[in-house]
Amino acid sequence: MILGSINPAVLLAALMVAATPILLAAIGELVVEKSGVLNLGVEGMMIMGACLGFIIAVNSGSPFLGFVGAALAGMVLAALFALLTQVLMTNHVATGLALTLFGLGLTALLGQQYVGITPPRTPRLDLGPLSQIPFFGRAFFRHDIVVYLTIALVGAVWWFLKYSRAGMILRAVGENHDAAHALGYHVKRVRLMAILFGGACAGLGGAYLSLIRVAGWTEGMTVGAGWIALALVVFASWRPWRAMAGAYLFGGVVVLQLNLQAAGVRIPVEYLSMSPYLITILVLVLMSSGKARASLNAPGSLNKQFHASG
Amino acid sequence: MIRLEKRKEPSQIWRIANPFLAVVLTMIAGGMMFAALGKDPVAAIRLIFFDPLFSEQFGSYSRPQLLIKTAPLILIAVGLAIGFKANIWNIGAEGQYIMGALFGAGVALAFYPIEGWYIFPLMILAGALGGFLWAMIPAILKTRFNTNEILVSLLLVYVAERILAAMALGLMRNPDQPGFPGSRDLRRYESAHNAELIANTGLHWGVVAALIAVIFAYIMMTRHMLGFHVQLAGQAPRAARFGGVSPARLVIICLGLAGALAGLAGMFEVSGPGGQVRIEFATGYGFTAIIVAFLGRLNPIGIVLAGFLLGLTYIGGELSQMMLQLPSASIQVFQGMLLFFLLALDFQTNYRIRLTQGARA
Amino acid sequence: MKKLLTAAVASVALATPALADDPTKIGFIYIGPVGDFGWTAGHDRARQELQDHFGDAVETSIVENVDYGADAERVMTQMALSGTDMIFAASFGYGPDVNSVAGRFPDVAFQHATGYIQEHPNVSLYDARFYEGRAVLGHIGGKMTETNTIGYIASFPIPAVVSGINSAYLHAKAVNPDVEFRIIWTYSWFDPSLEADAAETLIEQGADVIMQHTDSTAAVRVAEDAGVMAFGQASDMVDFGPTAHLSAIVDRWAPYYISRVEAFKEGEWEAQNSWLGLGDGIIEMAPWNDRIPAELQEEADELIAAISSGEYHPFTGPINRQDGTPWLADGEVAEDGALATMDFYVEGITAEFPN
Repeated sequence: MILGSINPAVLLAALMVAATPILLAAIGELVVEKSGVLNLGVEGMMIMGACLGFIIAVNSGSPFLGFVGAALAGMVLAALFALLTQVLMTNHVATGLALTLFGLGLTALLGQQYVGITPPRTPRLDLGPLSQIPFFGRAFFRHDIVVYLTIALVGAVWWFLKYSRAGMILRAVGENHDAAHALGYHVKRVRLMAILFGGACAGLGGAYLSLIRVAGWTEGMTVGAGWIALALVVFASWRPWRAMAGAYLFGGVVVLQLNLQAAGVRIPVEYLSMSPYLITILVLVLMSSGKARASLNAPGSLNKQFHASG
Repeated sequence: MIRLEKRKEPSQIWRIANPFLAVVLTMIAGGMMFAALGKDPVAAIRLIFFDPLFSEQFGSYSRPQLLIKTAPLILIAVGLAIGFKANIWNIGAEGQYIMGALFGAGVALAFYPIEGWYIFPLMILAGALGGFLWAMIPAILKTRFNTNEILVSLLLVYVAERILAAMALGLMRNPDQPGFPGSRDLRRYESAHNAELIANTGLHWGVVAALIAVIFAYIMMTRHMLGFHVQLAGQAPRAARFGGVSPARLVIICLGLAGALAGLAGMFEVSGPGGQVRIEFATGYGFTAIIVAFLGRLNPIGIVLAGFLLGLTYIGGELSQMMLQLPSASIQVFQGMLLFFLLALDFQTNYRIRLTQGARA
Repeated sequence: MKKLLTAAVASVALATPALADDPTKIGFIYIGPVGDFGWTAGHDRARQELQDHFGDAVETSIVENVDYGADAERVMTQMALSGTDMIFAASFGYGPDVNSVAGRFPDVAFQHATGYIQEHPNVSLYDARFYEGRAVLGHIGGKMTETNTIGYIASFPIPAVVSGINSAYLHAKAVNPDVEFRIIWTYSWFDPSLEADAAETLIEQGADVIMQHTDSTAAVRVAEDAGVMAFGQASDMVDFGPTAHLSAIVDRWAPYYISRVEAFKEGEWEAQNSWLGLGDGIIEMAPWNDRIPAELQEEADELIAAISSGEYHPFTGPINRQDGTPWLADGEVAEDGALATMDFYVEGITAEFPN
């Protein structure tokens, strides 16, 4: 055993990076669910972002354009979901699952010519003296810009939901769409915007994988990250900062188990890897039991069909 | 301006016409995709929808295979649909399917190598119990703590997948093949083998179980008080409560039933077509069944038809890969299109499109 | 002259009913997509080479992403029904399915990769001695490492992976007695982000050479960014780390596939259980990186030559098990059976063996 070789600063740095793609997707899905829509197609939208972000970055030579394209690609798939669920009133669960199937297939076709290619490099953010601070410099100030933008996005979503008028409307729509409709809010329009935002975020999360983390395209490369993002939203009980804490916790468990293994500790990996899900269920139970029900924060109209009559 | 108006009664014509229309639209859109990939669209579509059933070369083999591929889908979807009708959202059938397989295989492996007529019935019970118990976790959390069952059942899929891997690598590993993951092959253990009842028909106990489940569900939903309660709870929860329907009891029944059926599907699969407990055993039947349930409009007969349609695209998809060298991804896209069209067209059953003049609040 | 030849061919054709004027139809079933840049891509490269080699004389078809069990059995049966003469099932888990289909179609020749079940006279098994390549990587890695720490990303604890770790360790140790291995099991063959995290972890814990027995290119890229060294897997991954990528074990099934089809066409195909290595050209090393000193490149070439000729076996005693109990006596060579079921680390590896 060589536990001394595990450096906590590095551990922190690594878990921030590991958490970024799922956090991006989760923060988008959080907004979607807050508006009362359950989109199970996160994995499909993520892989769209990963694939198209990669294709665009390779062809344009610009990682920035790649990320923009990834967000748009996620939005295109999300728009399809919105068309089906909001206009044509299809079931959210079935449509979301179909979306994932479709996204995985489509990207495998589109990306065929891009396997085995490297994308243009995303420059690392130089924070100068900050990165030299002992411990903190290594842990927090030597990342790529997306890591910081993601944290900023979490803050923005938190502010938006809590303080902005539009955010209040979005929550009202998610809580009780009939009441929101009676108050004169456009339920469908609000939900459409939320779904598109969710698609863009998932697309960005996918592109983070294909352009930065893995820096390569292979079909199916998200390997379930979208599903983890869905679990994360629940774990966070629909609160942005908690989603971030959850993503870091999840990333932390992964990185910690890798570190323990590398240090030669025999740990039951197959059992340890269940723990994030079991913890999430536990959190769910704790939050939804008894009087704490109010703090559950689950949108009241989640997964319920809305049709304005009259 | 275009408006959607809810029909007073669902349209019977569209209900029947929609699936056909959806298939035609998918053929057109899919055909365009196949053509874009440089393949003969007519041949591709023929291979997907026609050849598995009617080709001289493959038909006699593919038709029974359709039963094998479709039976677990129908078995799971029937159970799920009852819950969905009551607004109980179990989307973790994949996990219940895995646990049913593990319980069933566990019984078989515990008895190995003893032969006996009682082993297979015990496995059936164990399989149903495994799925049932796994579904009871979201059910009890829902009734006791009001925890959202969609999310708990989904999360438990990941847990079940990891238990499966752990079992395949550990406890259930075949001791005669040191070093390799995966259990003994149950098809080579006569008492535990879910063999074809009549050779080359594809008819195994899982198919029989699916048939029984469909009939049972149909009668329950149309004739039995429980079916009425389920419908009532789904459409008018408040009225149901006043009518003496216990929501907690309904949650337990619906999740338990779906879990037990999914568990059975897993057990019939692991002891027959699947053959052994292995890391890659779960291939998504539990999720596909959700789609089947909705395509079948949560109706047992509809589910049978939807199951066969989807099963056909799987088998035909393989044929078209083999004969035309289509990439498997294009089949996935094709299936995605089919689902989208089926779901999208369904709105015509319940809504009508109205062209109205000007905006009216 | 030409007439004579055709007459000769015709007489052979009569002797072997499987042979006709029609092209030989060969089916391939894959567990992953052909675009995985790893295991399945390796087999499909070989299929293309096979097609190029025989031209119109063979007709190949593939079905990808086929799950084990009922799906595999159905795909192979449909291949057999459509007149396929020979089927390559390119994954370990197809074992039971291959044998059940083979029993029903005795005239079809089955080739099953990395399996161990052989119940019919028309089932051949084939596998590659990856541990031979690992020995070469271990030798290079042991000499190149400056921190005396080599990181190893492993998939599942199955014999092929375990013997690879042991082989690499023994040969690194032979040239560098201070060398230490850090091993991470990912319990998956392909999970790019997890492999990236694993590589980063190993590097942070002092490894300056990364080896992998998983399919993604992520680890090579991470090594490049961190300024350390890495070996690719299955395909030449140099594009992902022009500086970091020292070499890779490249799967090259083509020579074997061509020889088997040749044998089939000649009517001489028989069931075999082949375990092929460097000497058969079934695995080869990707071009050495220039940063490997010329002297070391020569040593590596010599090691390859010695293994290829059979003059040297990577598992030659004395070798002890991890707990110190003797496994191979001095000069004793490991038997294939022991290697094919290896489930322990050799002495010197500090990590505990996963059970």
